[in-house]
Amino acid sequence: MSTQKSTKLEVKNLTKIFGKHLNKAKELSRQGKDKAEILKETGATLGVDNANFKIYDGEIFVIMGLSGSGKSTLVRMINRLIEPTDGEVLIDGENLMKIDKKELREVRRKKMSMVFQNFGLLPNRTVLENTEYGLEIQGVDKATREQKAKEALETVGITGYNDEYPDQLSGGMQQRVGLARALANDPEILLMDEAFSALDPLNRTDMQDQLLDIQERLHKTIVFISHDLNEALKIGDRIMIMKDAKVIQTGTPEDILTHPANEYVEEFIENVDRSKVLTAGNVMIRPTIVNIEKAGPRLALKMMKDTEVSTAYVVDSRRNLLGIVDANDVIKLVREKNGDLTSIVQTKVPTTSEDTPISDLMDDISQTGIPFAVINDKKQLLGIIVRGAVLGALAGNEVSNFE
Amino acid sequence: MNSLIFSSIPQLPLAHWIDNFVDWLVQFTGFFNAITNFIGSINNAFQWVFDLIPIWLFIVLVLALTYYVNRDQQNWGLLIFEFLGLLMIWNLDFWRDMTQTLTLVLTASLIALVIGIPLGILMAKSHTAEVILKPILDFMQTMPAFVYLIPAVALFGIGMVPGIVASVIFAMPPTVRMTNMGIREVPNELIEAADSFGSTEWQKLFKVELPIAKTSLMAGVNQSMMLSLSMVVIASMIGAMGLGTKVYFAVGRNDAGNGFAAGLAIVILAIILDRLTQSLTRSHRKH
Repeated sequence: MSTQKSTKLEVKNLTKIFGKHLNKAKELSRQGKDKAEILKETGATLGVDNANFKIYDGEIFVIMGLSGSGKSTLVRMINRLIEPTDGEVLIDGENLMKIDKKELREVRRKKMSMVFQNFGLLPNRTVLENTEYGLEIQGVDKATREQKAKEALETVGITGYNDEYPDQLSGGMQQRVGLARALANDPEILLMDEAFSALDPLNRTDMQDQLLDIQERLHKTIVFISHDLNEALKIGDRIMIMKDAKVIQTGTPEDILTHPANEYVEEFIENVDRSKVLTAGNVMIRPTIVNIEKAGPRLALKMMKDTEVSTAYVVDSRRNLLGIVDANDVIKLVREKNGDLTSIVQTKVPTTSEDTPISDLMDDISQTGIPFAVINDKKQLLGIIVRGAVLGALAGNEVSNFE
Repeated sequence: MNSLIFSSIPQLPLAHWIDNFVDWLVQFTGFFNAITNFIGSINNAFQWVFDLIPIWLFIVLVLALTYYVNRDQQNWGLLIFEFLGLLMIWNLDFWRDMTQTLTLVLTASLIALVIGIPLGILMAKSHTAEVILKPILDFMQTMPAFVYLIPAVALFGIGMVPGIVASVIFAMPPTVRMTNMGIREVPNELIEAADSFGSTEWQKLFKVELPIAKTSLMAGVNQSMMLSLSMVVIASMIGAMGLGTKVYFAVGRNDAGNGFAAGLAIVILAIILDRLTQSLTRSHRKH
């Protein structure tokens, strides 16, 4: 965003080798041998090989790679959860490798917080107590830390769950708590390790949007680890691609799409933004759902008004799709004081599965007025596909969750 | 031929060495006297409290404690069992013996816990400690408990204290092992979370590792308690008073009736202690 980019975090020659024979492995790596060769010759695993990059203040920097590429090792070396074999990490010019344990603790407490793939919430603590953790260990008094934790929870959009325990929440909610816990310390840097990878597609999109929204307000420096190029392109100001412990390319999403550094990156981006790889699951949005076993016409009408749609999807308590109802029919029922929706449910709804490529659906979508319902093999409703979202996704825009 | 070669090897004077070692230990009388006094005073304190409480009040307290620890999910069957069981012990005139046994078990478990939990933590944190402690724990638990009585008498005299010492040695390993296991099984991501927010080692231990290892740790405490209860008859051979003495005397007099009656009282005590410590293991949430 900013025109003057100041460096927040700089990584120089950062290397991690797991195992024995470190010197020999280092030597081989200097000679240009790759991960597999070094493993074969010395038995040592090259985690990260000589990484160099700068992260600017207030940007979202995505480190992208498949599993085993070294991205998680790399992010853990930034806060020294994993001790580097070699190299430097500089935060605001201060070399993190030169500081002692106590100073490192201070940096971890004040400057950076981490969000974990499987949330890392303490199961014996409530949502509020989890969010307070970072402040609690700094010795912040109870009232202040409660106040700050509540603010952080509000920032990520969860209120009213303070006294629940993590296992009582859905994955998306748990990760919001994880994010709130990281934000409660008011750190300058957020390290997010595959933070959204454990979430289902709709929740993941929600969280990505929310992260961007939070970032607009708070301007943190975010290091985001991901294996999903779509995610990287969506949220990253800049992206760094890693493969087999090495950095392959660093650049803006535009750079990467237009000037892929090598075949590997090319292959990667070929999978993006094409109707053949975009599936129904990628573009589906959240429908207005009416549970026929619980809701009557009045509630259905209110929900449709609230979400500004004229069609609602009718399911039973097991979320099995029964059909759709039209707003006009519902209004009629309300006028007739009829409490049962069953008579007006239209059962002819086009359906498809989550894995169907959009290209297979294009014709039908353009011809029918009713959005496709995406269902799984148990006939449970997962989401719906509207024309606008499909066109948007093909044009490379993000899929928003509201019509 | 083989046996000839074998017989030419002199017999290892193992028993002699151990005797020498025990004799060598005996010269530290002052040290062992201090330990004896210390353990003895814990034991006497428990006994003093138990003797002070009227029997009816004791029963009420046990029932109230059971009611409290099971407040989330009340177990009426257990309450009835405890009530009838304790009444029976009273009726059979085993009350004082039962409190003596309870004192021995509580003192031994308390000492096992105070030594065992830190050892378990040390074992979880240090690979070296684990390598050293593991065979020692195996030894402590598999060596027939009778054997401990011999040096215990030499070092601590006769009475309750050597019985408690032998019980502690025999009963401590589960607490150490389960503490170690519980801490090692804390998910790595939680350790990373604790570290990444800048916890000190102590904060990580008390705020993350121990609370998460609690279930496993309490299972160890429960096992230690049961093992020390299993020592009461053996300990009675060196003068530890209680239900064990009744059983031991009954064996000497071939008196099946009294033997079983006292044995049954031990069983009742065991079930009460087991259920109580198991309930403590369950976590109590705010709602």
